[in-house]
Amino acid sequence: MVEPVLHLENLRKNFGGLVVTDDVTFDVAPLELHAVIGPNGAGKTTLINQISGQIPCDAGQILFAGQDVTLLPVHSRAALGLARTFQITSVLPGFSALENVALAVQARSGTSLHFFGRADTEAALNDAAMAALADVDLADRAHVAAGHLSHGEKRALELAIALAMQPKLLLLDEPMAGAGREEAERLVAVLRRLKGRLPMVLVEHDMTAVFALADRISVLIYGRILASGAPDVVRKDPRVIAAYLGDEME
Amino acid sequence: MSGGPQALPVAVGARREAIVGLMSLSLLLVQTLNGLQLGVLLFLIAAGLTLVFGVMDFINLAHGVQYMLGAYFAVMFYALTGNFLLALVLALLAALAFGLLLEFSIFRHLYDRDHLDQVIATFGIIIFLNQAVKLVWGAAPLSLPMPEILSGSVSLMPGLIYPVWRLVIITSGLAVAALLYGLVTYTRVGMLVRAGATNAPMVSALGVDIRRLFMIVFGFGTMLAAFAGVMIAPILSVEPGMGDTILILAFVVIVIGGVGSIRGAFLAALIIGLVDTLGRSFSVDILRLFMAPSPARTVGPALASMLIYLLMALVLYFRPTGLFPAKGR
Amino acid sequence: MSVSAFLRAMLTTLRQSWAGLRQWPASDVAPLVLFIVFALIPVFAGTGAEIYLLSLFTRVMIFAIAALALDLIVGYGALVSFGHAAFVGLGAYAVGILASHGISEILLALPLAIVVAGLFAFATGLVCLRTKGVYFIMITLAFGQMAFFTASSLAPYGGDDGLTIRARDTLLGFAILKNDRALYYAVFACLLGAYLLCRAIVGSRFGRVLRGARENPIRMASIGFEVFRYQLIAYVISGALAGLSGFLLANATSFVSPAYMSWQRSGELIIMVVFGGLGTLYGAIIGTAAFLLTEEWLSGLTEHWKVIFGPLLVLVVVFARGGLVGSAAKLAHWLGDDPVGRGKESAAAIQADILRRAQALRTLASGHSARLRPLMHTCCNGAGRAARRLRDEIAGLSSQLTRRFRGG
Repeated sequence: MVEPVLHLENLRKNFGGLVVTDDVTFDVAPLELHAVIGPNGAGKTTLINQISGQIPCDAGQILFAGQDVTLLPVHSRAALGLARTFQITSVLPGFSALENVALAVQARSGTSLHFFGRADTEAALNDAAMAALADVDLADRAHVAAGHLSHGEKRALELAIALAMQPKLLLLDEPMAGAGREEAERLVAVLRRLKGRLPMVLVEHDMTAVFALADRISVLIYGRILASGAPDVVRKDPRVIAAYLGDEME
Repeated sequence: MSGGPQALPVAVGARREAIVGLMSLSLLLVQTLNGLQLGVLLFLIAAGLTLVFGVMDFINLAHGVQYMLGAYFAVMFYALTGNFLLALVLALLAALAFGLLLEFSIFRHLYDRDHLDQVIATFGIIIFLNQAVKLVWGAAPLSLPMPEILSGSVSLMPGLIYPVWRLVIITSGLAVAALLYGLVTYTRVGMLVRAGATNAPMVSALGVDIRRLFMIVFGFGTMLAAFAGVMIAPILSVEPGMGDTILILAFVVIVIGGVGSIRGAFLAALIIGLVDTLGRSFSVDILRLFMAPSPARTVGPALASMLIYLLMALVLYFRPTGLFPAKGR
Repeated sequence: MSVSAFLRAMLTTLRQSWAGLRQWPASDVAPLVLFIVFALIPVFAGTGAEIYLLSLFTRVMIFAIAALALDLIVGYGALVSFGHAAFVGLGAYAVGILASHGISEILLALPLAIVVAGLFAFATGLVCLRTKGVYFIMITLAFGQMAFFTASSLAPYGGDDGLTIRARDTLLGFAILKNDRALYYAVFACLLGAYLLCRAIVGSRFGRVLRGARENPIRMASIGFEVFRYQLIAYVISGALAGLSGFLLANATSFVSPAYMSWQRSGELIIMVVFGGLGTLYGAIIGTAAFLLTEEWLSGLTEHWKVIFGPLLVLVVVFARGGLVGSAAKLAHWLGDDPVGRGKESAAAIQADILRRAQALRTLASGHSARLRPLMHTCCNGAGRAARRLRDEIAGLSSQLTRRFRGG
C-alpha cells in the first residue's frame, strides 16, 4: 500500500455564502500525473491555492509527504518540497532568467543569511540553474531579463523555477493558458519528459494536453469532485459528459 | 433621619463634593465636546484625503496647505469685505481655483508615478507654500474674527458654559458629513466615486471619464479642507506651517479608518479627536491613580501626545489595512 | 621624435586611457571619484575662509551614512520608512545621555548607539513589516513620532530644548575626535566602511533575497523564502547603521535635540536618497551632497530660499526620473559618441516594441479565450469552434512575430 504524496481530506472553503471547495477528498500517488479539470468557476485555482498555502482552508486536512501541512504558511510548504506555477505568470522581471532559477536553487542550498560574497557567481547555484533551464529548453535565453521574455518563455521559466526546487510535488495551474498551438505542443513535450520523474497535479482546460499526459483525471464541478479515475473511464462517464466535456469530445 | 446640629457638617461636606463632582463632570463634558470638535475638523480634512487616495491612488501631502490656504484666503477676503460669510464663500472658491491649478500643473503628472515620488513632490509643495505665505502675508500669526452673533458662549447645563462658535463648528461639520454621505450614497456621481475607490481602472474600462471624476473628487476634497481651515481660523491663529501637524493627524485618521472609506474616516476622526483631547486633559490625572504626582506630570503629557500613534500601531497590528478599507481586506 | 609626433602620441594615449576608463562600469567609477573628492576636501579647506567647508562636508558625510542605510531598505527592499530619523536621533541620544552622566568613552557610546538603534528597529519592525504600501509609511512615521515625543519629554536630558555635550567622545582617554580634521577623517572612514558593507550585502545571497522580495514577494514565498524574516533583518541593519550616523552627528555638533527625530528630518532623508537615485548606494551619497550643498548655497542667497527649493524638488521628481544618477546615465547615453551603438540601440528599441506588441496580441488573445471558454465548453458548437480558431490564429501570428524579431 503506497502512501500518497498528497492527500486532501474533506477540504472545505467558503467565500461568504459561496461554497467554493465542497468537501473535497483527493489523492496524488507517487510519480503520477493527476489532472484536475472542470468548467470555469469550478474552484480549481482556489483548490491549488489551498494546497500551496496561499489561501487558508476553512475545514479539512492537507497531508503532504506524510506531514500535516494544513496550518503551515506558503514558504514552509515550499521548503518541504511543494512547488507550483501560477496561472498568471509570476517571475522576477528585473532578474535574468538564470538568476530567477538560481534563487530557487539558493532556497534549498543552505542558509541565505550570507552577507558577504557575491551570490551571482556561485558556480554550484548557477550550474543547477542552467540544468533546470535546459530541461525546459530555455538554456539559450539564460541571461535575458525575465521581463523581456516572451509569454511562452516566461511560462517555461516558471516551470524551470519549480523544477529547480527539486520538489516532491509539482502543482501546475493552467500552464497552457494563452499559449498558441506550437507553444502548447512544446509544453506538452516538456511535461511528458518530466512525467515519471516527479508527481504532478495539472489543472488545465486544454483537453488535448490533459488526455495526452494524465495518469488520472479528477473532475471538479462547483467545488465537488464529480468523478475521478483513469482518463478513458472519465471521458466515458455520462455525468462528466453532461456536466462538462459535452461537445468537446467529438 | 437624624436632624439637628450633627446633620449640618455632613450636609455641607456632601454639597461640596457634589459641586466638585459637577465641576469634574462639566470638565469632562467640555473636553468631550472639544474632542468632537477636533474630530469633526479632522473628518473634513481626512475625507478629501481618503477619497483622493482611494480613487486616484495619489498621496497628497499638500492637503495640509490647502487647509492653511483656506484660512489665509478667508483672512484676506474678510479684510476686503468685512463680512464673514462672504469671506468664507470667496475663500472656498479661491481655494478651489488654486487646488485645480495645482492639479492641472503638477499632480496630473504624478498619478502614474509610485507613492514615493508623490510623497516627495507634494513635500516640495509644502516647503514652497509655507514659505510663500510668509512672503505674501508675513510670518506673524494673523487672526480672523468670528461673526458677532456667534461669538459668545452658551450655557448648556448648570455649570457648563461652552463657546457658541465651537458648537457651530461641530454642527456645520456634521452637516457637511451628512451631505457627503448623501452625495456618495444616493447620487450617480457618488456611486462612481465609491466604485472608483474600490477599483479605478475597472471604472475607467467601463467608459467613465475617470479624469473628470478625479477632478471632481479632488476639487471637492480641496474645498472641504479649506472649509475646515476657515472655520477653525477664529479660534486658532493663522500662521505658516499650521497645516503640518493637522496633516499628520489626518493621515493617521485615514490609515486607521481604511483608505478610500468615508465611513471609516468619519469613525476614525471622531475616535482620534476624542482620544487625543481627552488624553491630553486627563492623562496626568489618570496616571496619578497609578504613580506619584511628579513622574505622572512628566510621563503624562508625553504619553498623551503618543496616544494616537499607539492607537494606530495597535489597529494596524490587528488590521493591517485599517478598519474599513474600500478595497476590502 | 618631433614635437608633432610627440603630441600625437600623447593624444592617442589620452584617448586610449579615456576609452579604457569608460569601459569601467559607472557604478565603480562614480563612487571612486566621490571618495577621492571627499578625501581631498580637508586639503582644500586649508585655512581661512574655506574652513567652513570642513564642517559642511562632515555633515554631508554623516547624513550620507544615514541615507545609505535608508537606500538599503527603500532602494533594494521597497520598504519606504518615513521614520528613519528616529534611528539617527536614538544614536545621538545614546551619546548625549552617556555624556550627561560623565561617560564619554567611544568604546561604550558607539556600540550603545548602534545596539539601541538596532533594538528599536527590531521591535518596531516586528509590527511595521506586517503592513505594506502607504500603511507601512504611516506606521514607520508613527513610531518616529513616538520616539520624538519621548525625547521631548525627557526633562533631565534637555526635553524640547535639547542637550549640549561638553566635549567629543574619547577613545581610552585619547581625545582623537577633538581636532576637526581628525573627526572628518573618522567620519570618512565610517562612510567608506558603511558603503563597502552595503555593497557587499546587496550582492550577497541575503541581498538577492531582499531584492527578489522587492520585485515579487509572492514568488519568493513560493520558492521557500520567509520574506518577513529577511526584511526584518534588513530593517535592523538599516536602523543600526543610522544609529552610527547619529553617534557621529552628536559628536560633530556637540548637541542633541528631539528635532533630530522629527518627521521633517525623515522626509529630508527620503528626499536625499531619491534625489540621488534609488537603489544605487552611491546615489544616496550623491543625493545627500546635492541636497545639503544646494540648501547651503540657496540659503546664502536669500532668506526665502525655500520658495526656490520647494519647486526644485517638485521639478526633479517630475522630470528627473531615477534621480541624479538616472539622469546622468540618460545624458551619457545621449552624449555618447557611439553612432553605431546608438543605431543599434534604436533598432533594439524597435525590436523590443514589436515584441511588446506581439505580447500584447497574445495577452488579448488569451483574455478573449478566457472569456469565451465557457462558451467553448458548454454550448454553441459553432461559435466555440470559431472562437478557438480565432484564438489560435492570433496566437500563431504573435509567435511568428516573436520568432522573427527575436532571432534578429
